[in-house]
Amino acid sequence: MIPRALDPFLAFPQALRAAGFPASPDLTESFLAATGLLGPRGIGDIRAAARAIYGPGPDRLPEFDAVFDTVFLGRGIAAPAPGEPEELPASYDAGAFEEMPVPEEEKPSGGEATAADRLFARALSAGDEDRMLRAFSRALPRTLPRRRSRRLAPGKGRLADARRAFREMLRRDGEITRLPTRRRLSRERRVLMLIDVSGSMKDGTDGALRLAHALVHGGERVECFTIGTRLTRVTRALRHRNRDQALTLASGIVADWDGGTRLGEALAVFLSIPRFAAHTRGALAIVISDGLERGGPEALVASMTRLKALAWSVLWLSPLAADPAYRPETGALRAILPMLDRLGDGSTPPAIASGILGFSKGARA
Amino acid sequence: MSVRRAIQGIDGPDPLARSLGDAQYIADDGLATAAYLALALGKPLLLEGAPGVGKTEAAKALASVLGRELVRMQCYEGIDASAAMYEWNFPRQMLAIRQAGEDYVNLYDDQFLIARPILQTLEAPRDRVLLIDEIDRSDHEFEAFLLEFLSDFSVSIPERGTIRATEPPVVVLTSNRTRELHEALRRRCVYHWIDYPAPDLEARIVMMRASTVAEETARRVVQAVSALRAEPLAKPPGVAETVEWAEAATLLHGHGERWPRAFARAIGVALKDQDDLDYIAPRLEALLSESAA
Repeated sequence: MIPRALDPFLAFPQALRAAGFPASPDLTESFLAATGLLGPRGIGDIRAAARAIYGPGPDRLPEFDAVFDTVFLGRGIAAPAPGEPEELPASYDAGAFEEMPVPEEEKPSGGEATAADRLFARALSAGDEDRMLRAFSRALPRTLPRRRSRRLAPGKGRLADARRAFREMLRRDGEITRLPTRRRLSRERRVLMLIDVSGSMKDGTDGALRLAHALVHGGERVECFTIGTRLTRVTRALRHRNRDQALTLASGIVADWDGGTRLGEALAVFLSIPRFAAHTRGALAIVISDGLERGGPEALVASMTRLKALAWSVLWLSPLAADPAYRPETGALRAILPMLDRLGDGSTPPAIASGILGFSKGARA
Repeated sequence: MSVRRAIQGIDGPDPLARSLGDAQYIADDGLATAAYLALALGKPLLLEGAPGVGKTEAAKALASVLGRELVRMQCYEGIDASAAMYEWNFPRQMLAIRQAGEDYVNLYDDQFLIARPILQTLEAPRDRVLLIDEIDRSDHEFEAFLLEFLSDFSVSIPERGTIRATEPPVVVLTSNRTRELHEALRRRCVYHWIDYPAPDLEARIVMMRASTVAEETARRVVQAVSALRAEPLAKPPGVAETVEWAEAATLLHGHGERWPRAFARAIGVALKDQDDLDYIAPRLEALLSESAA
């Protein structure tokens, strides 16, 4: 017979699981032991034990506390749904950007596409796109840029493999006939994809997200963010295998569809968060944007300078660049042009795909 | 699960916090609770936090409270078993074969085994504290490799069998959270997120670490640092930077510099990124006089 006072302790892991926290049975045992160790002198001790054992991490702490309050204090606060946007830490909150006025005049929507492009886009039925995305995903492991890893593996190389040499010696009575060697492995570079979801990009964002989904699944370490008036991490949503589910989840957490563009400021916020900046280090950064920036170019130039310094290469794909005769006209884009490793066509998913594959292939050769 | 209520006389979070204070480390309630639970439950302690909040310092203080030697293992991408656990001394083994000739020689004797941090800790769990520093820098393979050690405190050496610790050793892992750690690893640990300390706590830390700094200076520097951390900087100042800034400003003041100017001139100690300096420079005076008010 379990004492009634223990009820909340047994209900708590279940409530945690329902809210999407990992809560395995062995942790329940640790949680009970930890609570016993602390006294407990009050609800504060139980909360401290729960936090230490289940370790929710700083960004999910409010959600975790809400579950705790519901179970132990009987407060009817519903925990936020697991699909909550992964927002920025409060001190970086993009609130200030949101107050920026929405551009009053209509912006050119993705520029003028050529007639051939339009035909191509119309020919691209759902089945074709599906095939294209799958082919893209499959091609990625072979084409994404790689770098030398610090890991060693047996193979033809210049480094002697002492462990295997010793084993061979034992097998041959202390004689060594050939020197086994090791070689350095190579590792796929991290990929960072930043998708502009502002109003001027509205025709392209859906396609770009579908492509990002294929990229997340084809690459080893891909992070994907949307940028508009604020910054949203959509990687976790895109990890869902089913593309339609993933896209529904992603569009649910992006709160700033078709808003204005504060690309420079949003990038600055992105780079000021250490874990995001760390992902950028040595990565291939892909920006999908038309570069139509409100206000002066200073913020964008400053952010791009830092992005360029961190990343291995920066690839900018603009829907306006579909026209071969396109030359950047806005001050912001002209100013950052020297920092880009390539400015390519970002008008349609196939164009983005071939832009990424083409760039990576060139970089590997 | 073996639960010990008291470890070397420490029988609760509060006594542990006091001992850490004696070892020049001011721990808040959350950290003291998590550290005490880790000791009592015999689990590793996982500390996460932004760079410079004192994760490594916490491990050092814990080792000094327990009177144990700190074995530090710095992680990097590509770190593997031979750097973390053990390695056979192949040249010596080869020499031994040559020298032995026809005689029998045990090639897997202790004298040929080089113990790396993990094995060192397993061999003497009462004398050592293992610090696995910046685990987020290692790769997923290494994280998976650590799992056996972190849950059973044992290591399998094919030639020797399994080596098990006589009692759970004290293990501290730190992470800057540049990437998510695997759920399996987090599950095995007691977790604590170290945040930037609250202003009055940070002022106490400055006073403790820098003996020359006056209380008024400590209070001001902490306020200025809190204001800096609210800005979108590439490298927000950590606790170590706060202490150094207070010390540097006190030094300049001793040479006859007036107060807000002394802080401003010593800013290079707090902010170490040219872009950040440029960004903050125009508003620095205003920011400092605000915090002085």
